[in-house]
Amino acid sequence: MFYEGTTVVLKVSNLKKSFDNLTVFDGFSMTVPRGGFTALVGPSGCGKSTFFDVLTGVVSMDNGEISWLGETLPHVGQKAAYMQQKDLLLPWLSLIDNALLPTKVSKGNRNSREKALFLFERLGLSGFEQYTPHKVSGGMKQRCALVRTLMFEHELVLLDEPLSALDAITRRSLQSVLLLLQSEFKKTILMITHDVEEALLLADEVLVLTAFPMHVKEQFALEWPKPRRSDETELMKIKEHVLDELQGESGNGCITLRFPAVPRGIGAESS
Amino acid sequence: MYHAEISCRAAWDRSRVIVKRSGFFPLTAVVLILAIWEMACRGLAIPDFILPAPSRILSVAIFQAPLLLPHAGITALEILLGIALSLLVAVPLATIMFAHTSIEQALSPFLVVSQAIPVFALAPLLVIWLGYGIASKVLMAAIIIFFPITVSLLEGYKNCGTEYVVLFRLMGAGFWDTLRLLYWPWALPFFFAGLKVGVTVATIGAVIGEWVGAQKGLGYLMIQANARLSVDLVFAAILWLSLMGLSMWVFVGFLERRIIHWK
Repeated sequence: MFYEGTTVVLKVSNLKKSFDNLTVFDGFSMTVPRGGFTALVGPSGCGKSTFFDVLTGVVSMDNGEISWLGETLPHVGQKAAYMQQKDLLLPWLSLIDNALLPTKVSKGNRNSREKALFLFERLGLSGFEQYTPHKVSGGMKQRCALVRTLMFEHELVLLDEPLSALDAITRRSLQSVLLLLQSEFKKTILMITHDVEEALLLADEVLVLTAFPMHVKEQFALEWPKPRRSDETELMKIKEHVLDELQGESGNGCITLRFPAVPRGIGAESS
Repeated sequence: MYHAEISCRAAWDRSRVIVKRSGFFPLTAVVLILAIWEMACRGLAIPDFILPAPSRILSVAIFQAPLLLPHAGITALEILLGIALSLLVAVPLATIMFAHTSIEQALSPFLVVSQAIPVFALAPLLVIWLGYGIASKVLMAAIIIFFPITVSLLEGYKNCGTEYVVLFRLMGAGFWDTLRLLYWPWALPFFFAGLKVGVTVATIGAVIGEWVGAQKGLGYLMIQANARLSVDLVFAAILWLSLMGLSMWVFVGFLERRIIHWK
């Protein structure tokens, strides 16, 4: 089994981030085990996405430590593939060219196209390689975004509410695709969601977060085999409990903070 | 009865959509204006050297084609070379201004000032510096066109979605990769909007240059005809210029639809 559960790949200690006088999190700490599926559940606008922005280096942290396999780094942007809520496919490229973007940028190896085609087949996109994004459904776009994420060949995959914009049926079919990331592609997954049921169906570990300043309120290890069913009694009990916890948090202070200012021009990418 | 009313209403709505899409209203307006103009000229017996009737202008534009065509060819060449020159300057300039914020801050005032100076004021100078040949007219056209293209392209680059820029940064893309794969395609609709404005006003630059000093071109022909009170020929030249501007606008629109297939 790939999920070792003991080797910590990512460790975050005493992380602090604030914008002007607003402290989004202070003293935030957590660990991510190798091969695990960790879900962060919290009220909307509590700072989950800002946490991912800090992790990937999109915004800098004020204080704290991020370590990758014991090595302290300013961020793990080069270690992690990041999939956001929106598919962010480029409308002028075909699905296959969108998926191949990471290899085009990094001058990837010659086998990358074969790999993309394999992933297209595995994720049910065969036959749609040459379609442009506006000609396919939302679910297919998200699958394509997932293929692009997998093309990064990074061990850690950060998923920021990847299914929240989809309808219930599409979401269910893509949940099984997310499980494939862990079981077949041996990825370590850290996922943000505010869908408690989704977290309980997919994750090995669920961290319930407070409203800002964000911190871990409660942590569950879920040892049920996957795929799980949402009507399992124990899961339903946990779901009710988590929902009660979150209900207590909602309205305690939530805000939308996304990419306050991204510098442009030559050299900005390294700033 | 109720269903019949609904189907009648639907048919009425469909016909309104067809009428709107077919350009019925603009066409009607043009026909109406021309009809009033024609009737006024005939009814009030306005002489041709004051205001020729549209039918007279059309017949001169058609039957004087052998005279108009060589001049139109020169003006078209000036405009096309002006467009090419402005593209050669505007695209790299907008890109450099986008790549270096300090250059943008330094050049922006000059760009604005370049538009505040009337083209008429520059025309005599350009004719002195570059002569009576085609070069001064090409430069006049280029000066007029390059501003909307530069400004539109720069705005297009800046308009690029922040989340996409972050995605490219996380992929480890440098500025030039991001420019090639993201910023440029993103800015293309803006670029074409600027180019459309540019090609429609390009005729102004070329004609002003020809007015000030030239030996060929529709502007030159207009000055000559005006001196001989051949106002119908002046109007025929204006008609040819309008058709040239319109053709270029349609062609750029065609290119835009072919290239920006995702819109």
